[in-house]
Amino acid sequence: MIFNKTQLDNGLEIIAEINPSVHSVAVGFFVKTGSRDESLDVSGVSHFLEHMMFKGTEEFTAEDVNRIFDEVGANYNAATGEETTFYYAAVLPEYWRRTAGLLASILYPSLRTEDFDMEKQVILEEIGMYEDQPSFVLYDKLMQSHFSGHPLGQSILGSSESVRALTADQMRQYHRDHYRAGNIVLAVAGNTTWNEIEDFAVAGCSHWPAGKTPRPAIVPRPPAARELLVRESAYQEQLMLMTPAPAANSPLRFAAELLTVIVGDDSGSRFYWKLVDSGLAEVAELSFQDYEDCGGFMTYLTCDPEQVGTNLDHIREIFDDVNRHAVTADELSRAKNKTAARIVLRSERPMERLSSLGGNWIHRNEYRSVTDDLQDIEGVTLEQIREVIDRYPLTSWTTTAIGPLKQW
Amino acid sequence: MQHQELNTYRLTNGMTLVVETMRNVQSAAFTLLLPAGSVFDPPGQNGVASILATWLMKGAGARGSQELTTDLDNLGVQRSETVGVSHLMLNGATLSHILRPTLEIYADVVRAPHLAEEQFESSMAYVEQMLGSIEDEPRQKVMQELRRRTFKRPWGLPPEGSLDDLPRIEPLDVQQNWGNCFRPQETILGIAGNVEFEDVKSWVEELFGDWDNPRSGEFEELDGGPPFDHLMQESTQTQIGIAYPSVPYRHPDYYAAWAAVGVLSGGMSSRLFTEVREKRGLCYSVYASLNSLPHDGRVVCYAGTTNERAQETLDVTLQVIRDLENGIADDELDRCKARAKSSLIMQQESSMARSSSVARDWFYLGEVQTLDEIHRKIDALTPQTVLDHVHQFPAREFTILTIGPEMLEIPNDL
Repeated sequence: MIFNKTQLDNGLEIIAEINPSVHSVAVGFFVKTGSRDESLDVSGVSHFLEHMMFKGTEEFTAEDVNRIFDEVGANYNAATGEETTFYYAAVLPEYWRRTAGLLASILYPSLRTEDFDMEKQVILEEIGMYEDQPSFVLYDKLMQSHFSGHPLGQSILGSSESVRALTADQMRQYHRDHYRAGNIVLAVAGNTTWNEIEDFAVAGCSHWPAGKTPRPAIVPRPPAARELLVRESAYQEQLMLMTPAPAANSPLRFAAELLTVIVGDDSGSRFYWKLVDSGLAEVAELSFQDYEDCGGFMTYLTCDPEQVGTNLDHIREIFDDVNRHAVTADELSRAKNKTAARIVLRSERPMERLSSLGGNWIHRNEYRSVTDDLQDIEGVTLEQIREVIDRYPLTSWTTTAIGPLKQW
Repeated sequence: MQHQELNTYRLTNGMTLVVETMRNVQSAAFTLLLPAGSVFDPPGQNGVASILATWLMKGAGARGSQELTTDLDNLGVQRSETVGVSHLMLNGATLSHILRPTLEIYADVVRAPHLAEEQFESSMAYVEQMLGSIEDEPRQKVMQELRRRTFKRPWGLPPEGSLDDLPRIEPLDVQQNWGNCFRPQETILGIAGNVEFEDVKSWVEELFGDWDNPRSGEFEELDGGPPFDHLMQESTQTQIGIAYPSVPYRHPDYYAAWAAVGVLSGGMSSRLFTEVREKRGLCYSVYASLNSLPHDGRVVCYAGTTNERAQETLDVTLQVIRDLENGIADDELDRCKARAKSSLIMQQESSMARSSSVARDWFYLGEVQTLDEIHRKIDALTPQTVLDHVHQFPAREFTILTIGPEMLEIPNDL
């Protein structure tokens, strides 16, 4: 595998991991914009804008865009997060350039008012769909509570009210402010050549507006909240907890990741034995959420409403024990084996490599091969785990729940 | 398409091994299909297979529950246990040089699970909670309830189980189900990855060669239905599920049926997405897919939409489905072919995708189709052959299920 990178005069960064032994090419544009970059009066605009990209340009109608992606058999989509909007496609090598060309072109769409009005209905349907799914409602509540006063607390979808109130002009302004070449990374993984990639980027992206939008780093101050959302007709109670963790660029991130595998992986972890294997909970997992200026250890618990009290006690006991005594060498070694195998299995598809490639670049400006990741996982020591726990003890700082419980 | 190294081997006890050697990957994946799916749940005890899938991993052979999980974790095995209609499926993937010790553990899981009574209650509690979670996820619930109505029993029963049936299930029922259903004759082990066939064959012979069980699982067929139904629920959206008869995977017309569904719902230029979402903005999620049993098939469609627009969504969706009889354009079929080619080629990048494909092919067809063969069959389709299929299997005899605060009107002419 060969890594290459370059930058155009307008600021667009281009990175690629070439692998002639795979059957496809994955191409993606990582745009450094998401819900945290929105002012409250345009809440939901990053995600809505992501939908509007597929509505066409001066050159292509919306139907053309959908048709061409299907003509080349692309496996494609887009996703909006708190910090990044990601447009991607995996295709056979002979089609990659046409596909990349289409993706590049739709990043600067026409944003016609009639399309905006029609797509607003789809967005409102999407919001309605998630309203009926307790885990999505809960995630929004968790982020809002934990990151109260911090832009990471803003909802990705926005609310029905904020989306209804949004105008096409506000969206056009947001697009002009954020879709500037310096905010964008073009990443390619798979079976093509660096020459072709460079050619494509020069021809397809050089005319993009230059510039970069600053994003202030803000230290969050979570206020230690407890929030309960009542859904009387629900069967299960779902809980999400969050407590501070290292940021995406922290050298402790591999140790933080392994700590979550030890404490809260979906099998063989401390949560698993205490809560899931015993039948006390259906799901009990700990994950590491990393952002540009901060991070969070997030616990997700789904269980019978009657078990909530007992389960929260167990979780606190596990946290206390880890905070006091850290973890054992056996646990660490098992977590390393698991994680290493996952990394290798994931890396076999260019689409998976693409997200890792772009993620590493956008967060840390670094290229990491599969071997680099395996070495860093292998190199994590018990002392580093101890350091993570000392600096970021596991707590139930922010606790949110949704389900039939009326009090707790 | 790249040449595939495919080999099969039938053990004297009847178990089948299917191996695809993939030299460009570092991993190996396996799919073990055991003839213990939910159709074999005893009447009134839908959930036996689901409990068995959980209970099975809590100790086997010389390993207790904790040791079993710890050893698999140490081997880096990514695993899952799922229940389908026909099979209980054990899937795993890890680095290829670790396949042998992994299979050793799984031989114990299949042949010598402890199924200890003290672990029963927690397995039952897990399944009960999982079913409770499905009740809380309307999108999943509507498709589950649609299958229950469109297929005959027990084929339409939810593989995960039914909450009402759980109190009737005792440990002995599940143990007996394991004893009756786990048998080599209809067990299929699919393996794909960077492994040599001869090695795998000798391991499997050693681990499963002397496995024997003369018993067999049985069930009786009963009608499903009703065809049109509504479940009341206070929610923001109404969930719409629609099903109509089609052909199963082993039918000669299968790929024509696949293409017809592709014209409806393959990709964002397909008819349902264009007419329901893009032109009318009626919903975020709308799709159709082909659902195959060994002997029967259905096209199943889903749409979720806010309550006030649910009637229009149902009407438009049905209209689009029925319009298929009026013609299929060349470019619509061309796009289906392009998507098929790309997904067939990309399958070769994933050992997990291939192990489940080879095992599934063996079950449905008694042979493994090469990706080239599938590609040729799809390439040979013309708009006329697909249309002929649609005329032969038109969208009729609908089953429609809706979930939401208000009942919808079913068109009179259905």
